[in-house]
Order: sequence, then C-alpha cells, then structure tokens
Amino acid sequence: MIQFYNVSKVYDNGVKAVSDLTLHIKKGEFVFLVGPSGAGKSTLIKLIFREELPTRGQVMFNGKNTVRMKAREVPHMRRKIGMVFQDFRLLSQKTAAENVAFALEITGTSGKEIKRIVPEVLEQVGLKDKGNLLPSQMSGGEQQRVCIARAIVNNPLLIIADEPTGNLDPDTSWEIMKLFQDINRRGTTILMATHDSEIVNTMKKRVIALSNGCVVRDEESGVYRCEL
Amino acid sequence: MNFNTIKYFFREAFNSLVRNSWLSISSVGIVTVSLIILGASLLLVVNVEKLAKSVESSVEITAFLEENVGRVDRDKIEEQIKSNPEVDTVEFVSREQALQEMKEGFGDRADILESLEESNPLPDAFRVKTKQASAVPATAKKIEGLAGVEQVRYGQGVVEKLLSVTRWVRYASLATLTLLTLSAGFLIATTIRMSVFARRREIGIMKILGATNWFVRFPFILEGIVLGLTGGLLAILVVDLGYLSLINKLKISLPFIQLVNEPRIILYILGSMMGLGVLIGALGSWFSLRKFLRV
Repeated sequence: MIQFYNVSKVYDNGVKAVSDLTLHIKKGEFVFLVGPSGAGKSTLIKLIFREELPTRGQVMFNGKNTVRMKAREVPHMRRKIGMVFQDFRLLSQKTAAENVAFALEITGTSGKEIKRIVPEVLEQVGLKDKGNLLPSQMSGGEQQRVCIARAIVNNPLLIIADEPTGNLDPDTSWEIMKLFQDINRRGTTILMATHDSEIVNTMKKRVIALSNGCVVRDEESGVYRCEL
Repeated sequence: MNFNTIKYFFREAFNSLVRNSWLSISSVGIVTVSLIILGASLLLVVNVEKLAKSVESSVEITAFLEENVGRVDRDKIEEQIKSNPEVDTVEFVSREQALQEMKEGFGDRADILESLEESNPLPDAFRVKTKQASAVPATAKKIEGLAGVEQVRYGQGVVEKLLSVTRWVRYASLATLTLLTLSAGFLIATTIRMSVFARRREIGIMKILGATNWFVRFPFILEGIVLGLTGGLLAILVVDLGYLSLINKLKISLPFIQLVNEPRIILYILGSMMGLGVLIGALGSWFSLRKFLRV
C-alpha cells in the first residue's frame, strides 16, 4: 500500500529530515512509527500525504506514484487517507456532526446520504448523543473521537494518526486505541506516530523506529525503546 | 461538480457572510464608498467631456471668397475643400444670407442695417466644420491657399489655447479614474484578504480532507461577489439619486448649465459601477486565496 524507495527530503532551510529511506507497508497492517522529536516522523507522514515532495526518491501510495502525480489528482488521493491529529483540527464553529458531515460534503455526497451516514459513524466512535455539541463543549477524548469519525467517514484505505493520544490521559488514550484497533480489524491500514511507550509495548504491532531520518529498527510485534 | 456541491457553496458563502457579519458590513461599506467616489468622478468626467465637445464643436472655419468669384469657380472651391478628409461639413453662405443673419443678430435694431441693402459689402463665404476640432488650424491653412479664397477666420490663437485646455482636462480625468479604480480594487482586496486570513485554519483542514482548490475557492468568490454586488447596488442608489436631484436643482437655479442627462449614459455609468464591484469582489477573493491553497 505504501512504498518508499530511497527517499530523501531536505527542506529549503537546509534541514535534512529524511535520508535514503526505503520502507514498505502492506494493506491491513497496523504500524507504529516511533522515534525522538526531529527524527523525521512528521516529514514521513507529509510525504505520504503529499503535503511535501521528496528531494530524491519515489513514494507510492495505493499503486500510484505520488511524486509524479498531477496536482489535480492530489485531492482524490487524499480522500483515500484519513488523518487524525494530536490537536484534533476540528472546525470550532461547527458541531461534531457538522464536522463529520463536512468531510462528506467535500466529496459531493448528497444531503440524504449525509444524514444517514453521520449518525452511524458517530455511533461507531461512541458519540451517539453528542452530535450537536461544539468542539469547545467536549472533552479532549471526545474531540479526538470526532476527529476519528471524520477520518473514517469516507471509508479510507489508510488512517494516518500523528500522536493521536499526545494530549489525552492514559485511560482515554486506551479507549481511543481500542477504536483504532476496531478500525484496523475492518481492514483499514493504520500508521500511527506516537511517543506513548506503554501503548506500543502492550499492542505488540509492527514498530518502525526512526532516528535522524533513517529507519534504525523495523520489527513485527515490536516494543518502544529509546534508540541512540 | 454536482448539485449537492453547488448547494454547499451557496450555504457556505451565506453562513460565512453572517458569521463574519462585521467584516462583511465593513467590506460592503468600503465597496460602496469607493464606488460612489468612482461613479461621481465618472459623471464629472462625462460632463467635462460634454462641455469640451460643445466648446470644440462651436469652432468653425469661415473662408471668405474674393468678390469676383463666379458660380463655377465657387463649386470648384467647394469641391476642393470637401476633398480634404478632415472636413466634415461645408456650408455656403451667400452675401445676402450673411446680411440676413447679421440683421437677426441685431434683433429689434435691425433697421440700422437697412442702408446696406442696396450695396451689400459682405462677401460670399464657406463655413467649414472639421471632424476633429484639433484639425482646425491645419485645415484653415490649406483652405487659405486655394485660389479665389481671400481670407480665412477661425478664431486664431484662441482655438489653439482652447484645444490644449480640453486635451489636458481629458488626460487629467483619465488619470483620476485609473487611480480611483486601482485604489478601490486594492482596498477591497485587502478587506477580503482579512476575511480569508481569518479562516486560513479552516482552509488548511479542507485541503487535508481532500478538498479540491475549486471547492475551497468557490464559496469565497461567491462571498466576494455578494459583497461587491451589495456595495455596488448601494453606491448606485446614492449616486443615481444624488445626480438626479443635482440635475433638478440646477435646472431651476442655473438653467444655462446643461448636465448630461441621457438615460443611456447614466445607465452605462451605473452598470459599469456594478460590474466593477462584482469583478473586484471576485478577483479580490481569487488573489487573496492563492497563498493559502498551496498545501
């Protein structure tokens, strides 16, 4: 599903974020991306999402080369990827249901369909009765559930989560992780950047560790370890 | 693009106008004021132009003929004058006609001229109008060179000065209009930029969710058009009412000043104000968005 071939990224200001990185992620995998701040996790995510283009190398997503992709194809590729952020990135003046509906409106879904799908997805993430609340009226965990609902509402092939539990307490984090596990069981690939060692060690999933823009460890049922 | 998306565009534009009502009101205010100034200057320019035209069109060349010129030679001279492409009309004024006109000029005291009836001292003449007032001096010179023409008059000296005045008035009004259009454009673009800037986070989220650039752009452009349209309508209302009342007031107090009053011209000015408002609104949104769409 995701292939990186000898990918390097040097930013305009000279920072080398990723160097000569090659990696493959198969459909249906659950992958943790670990490593200290500045190791290149965010850049890796941006490269998949085509927010950044690599300086060298090729990035493939779903059989398509994102580097050679035309600009007008990018939005359609992005609709196959659901993004979950540490800071949620919800629209503050829209309710939970409206935030989820927004992702559907972008793809041109009819109002009737939206009315049918949104409650289903909100129920799936455990927010059945909270659709009418604004983000400011919700707890962090609830906001993250809205963010996840928004990410899965278009049935993406891949969910990218950038430290989704970074702002949440341990109990809430586990609830969120259960949601991700459910989503993964339904066949969606998940790539999660995280600093949460407890979660990584308990879940026993594939772990890719980055350091200074290189993969320093890639193991099935891996653990969180401090590399240096 | 399907119908759902179009519905979304209109709802989104409307919501944004209401949500940012203060910014919307101030944008409309700026558009209105700019367009009022622009419209008023346009009317001023049109009137100045009319005045200049009427002054210029009163400029004509009178070519007095020598006394012994016969009918055949006269036709020949007329032919020669007409062959000049700058010439618009040529009118023959016989000495009898000239006397008659002179009498009319004297009005009640025309009896003074009665003694002239028997031996009319006035010469035959051609009155020549050119297509462009600026061509008068050169044309007059050419006519003067024709055989049988004794003297040419066109208000030498005065005409040249008048022409240079009207030319400068035209340049000045053109420059003023250009500057005003530019300043209105910049002002409105800045206002829309503020509204776009206030929502850059939202735009970023939209792009992350896979929105196409057009999907992001369209509600903003629609918003800009609505702002421009509203401002344009208000400005039209003010300018139109103001101008009409000015015309009516002048008709009573200063009847010799004739303002441009053809509905076609006024409609044309108001229409271009409207169009400019809409155009500025749409373009302003377009340019303000460009930076934020690069995600």
